[in-house]
Amino acid sequence: MAALVNPHIFQTRPSAARRWERACFGLFGAATYLVLFCGAAVFLTIVAKGSRTIFKAEAPFINTTFFTDAPESLYVFEWQGKKLEMGDREHRAFIEQHPDAAKVKTESYIYAAGGIFPCIVGTVLLVVGSMTIALVLGVCAAVYLNEYARDGAFIRFVRLAILNLAGVPSIVFGLFGFGMFVIFFGWNVSLLSGWFTLAFMVLPVIITASEESLKAVPKGFREGSLALGATKWQTIRKNVLPYALPGILTSSILGIARVAGETAPIMFTAAYVVRDKLPWQVEKFSDFFFQGVMALPYHIYVVSSKIPQNEYTERVQYGTALVFLLIVAVIATASILLRNNLRNRYKW
Amino acid sequence: MVTAATLMETRSPAPNLRPTMPAAATGQPAGTAAPAAEVLIDIDHLDFFYGASQALYDVSLRLDTRKVTAFIGPSGCGKSTLLRCLNRMNDLIDGTRVAKGSIKIRGVDINRPDVDVIELRKRVGMVFQKSNPFPKSIYENITYGLRLQGATTKARLDEVVEKSLRGAALWEEVKDRLHTSGLGLSGGQQQRLCIARAIAVEPEIILMDEPCSALDPLATAKVEELIHELKTKFTIIIVTHNMQQAARCSDKTAFFYIGRLIEYADTQQIFMNPSNPQTEAYVSGRFG
Repeated sequence: MAALVNPHIFQTRPSAARRWERACFGLFGAATYLVLFCGAAVFLTIVAKGSRTIFKAEAPFINTTFFTDAPESLYVFEWQGKKLEMGDREHRAFIEQHPDAAKVKTESYIYAAGGIFPCIVGTVLLVVGSMTIALVLGVCAAVYLNEYARDGAFIRFVRLAILNLAGVPSIVFGLFGFGMFVIFFGWNVSLLSGWFTLAFMVLPVIITASEESLKAVPKGFREGSLALGATKWQTIRKNVLPYALPGILTSSILGIARVAGETAPIMFTAAYVVRDKLPWQVEKFSDFFFQGVMALPYHIYVVSSKIPQNEYTERVQYGTALVFLLIVAVIATASILLRNNLRNRYKW
Repeated sequence: MVTAATLMETRSPAPNLRPTMPAAATGQPAGTAAPAAEVLIDIDHLDFFYGASQALYDVSLRLDTRKVTAFIGPSGCGKSTLLRCLNRMNDLIDGTRVAKGSIKIRGVDINRPDVDVIELRKRVGMVFQKSNPFPKSIYENITYGLRLQGATTKARLDEVVEKSLRGAALWEEVKDRLHTSGLGLSGGQQQRLCIARAIAVEPEIILMDEPCSALDPLATAKVEELIHELKTKFTIIIVTHNMQQAARCSDKTAFFYIGRLIEYADTQQIFMNPSNPQTEAYVSGRFG
């Protein structure tokens, strides 16, 4: 009887291939955790520093004025041995009571007091308007490209153009919007200009993703419908688009984050540094579309580029950033819920 | 656009599809000789291309009213292509064309440019190989075609739903859950739902493209039984890979091989006494 060739066959040292595999997996794992770490670092910094602005120690624990007031300048001065901080209106009232206070050396920080209500309103308006335009245009274009257009050199060229558009820097869209809507169409710096500029910026993403969602609808649904004597449009409207909608919404969630967050496209087209009136305080309805608004990302840019920077200015910067993150999260969550609702209705 | 009543075309004084039906449905008085079966579909020297490759060569075939015709043959022989020519589903594929010959349904060439393909498809229903109920309720599946035609009153829709589901031998199984998803049904039920959906729009012809290829033997038996009942009202053309199925449920059988019609005769003759050696080789299982 021949003995076993190697009685310890399963106890040998790891082979070179196994060691190489472990090294690679280690690298992949490290890369993943590094990304996670960076994300957490950014997020936690904003949450930690921003919480100090939007929460407070006493009831109701939320700094409501930060959400409901317009930005004001902050005045810091010493008065009878105490260091006082107050916003614009409060400071004026204080001086009326104590005329001597006007002579005290006072530091003022622009936009560091008050709240960011106009910015919140502006951002929500910009997101809702531009996503509506982008979804209508994008879904129409995707339906045309995927359902109607005959594949050919021209359509391939159109697709290539759309993909390239996705790679255009947002500042270029900003300048395009400035030239096209603000100057050429004469809409000035307005909601309408901002809506179209932002919509064009996310269009490529929405068209591409909508096309993918349309492609994912099984061919059998189309054939089944056509075989019952439906026209192509009836088929698309009743038996293709409803099923593609969850996918289209998924892509638009990414679009929302981008539209809400981009500063460059709106800085020339829609955003004001500061505006006293709120968007609904217009004389006639049509003025609504032709007014500029304050917006969160632009406000962050404005307050962060002021000099000097110190503890007083930092509050509004981090507070605004945190509110901004929360708003994007809320809008995205709403879209996800809507999408899941649709998904449950049309499952296959 | 043309209404359903005037068939699929406007210009030529085409014979109307409908008026002949009630007469035929009442049947002939007992005692008179049965008339020769009426030719419903007349395929005449048809050549069909997918782009540059020819799929059908010079196919000529006449199909009778209210009969079940089976198309058999090995994969790629053109039987499904021919079936999809009959309701012009091939229009959906780029580059397909009828190069020569014609298909006439009740004397009307369905490939003429003035034929409204929508009207054609209302008359020529189709059941697909892979059952494709829409991800809607059973009720909505059945009423889909009717709603397209503008039927909206609940009473009418309810009536058609029951009639169609009974017609497809599905009513008893689903009558308590009409408003649940059609995708919750078993494979065989789904296929019968698709048949019910097709007959809800009252076509004259029903095309079945391997309707049982994804079903188990029991579900297959039910569909075959159904085909047997449906042929009293509809003209049925069934493409099948299953020769026993063709033998069981068809009146006539057409055997195709590489794009050509090899033999077309009564089913019994094709299986018992085929005149062509290729047919014999195929039905006896020697190839294909």
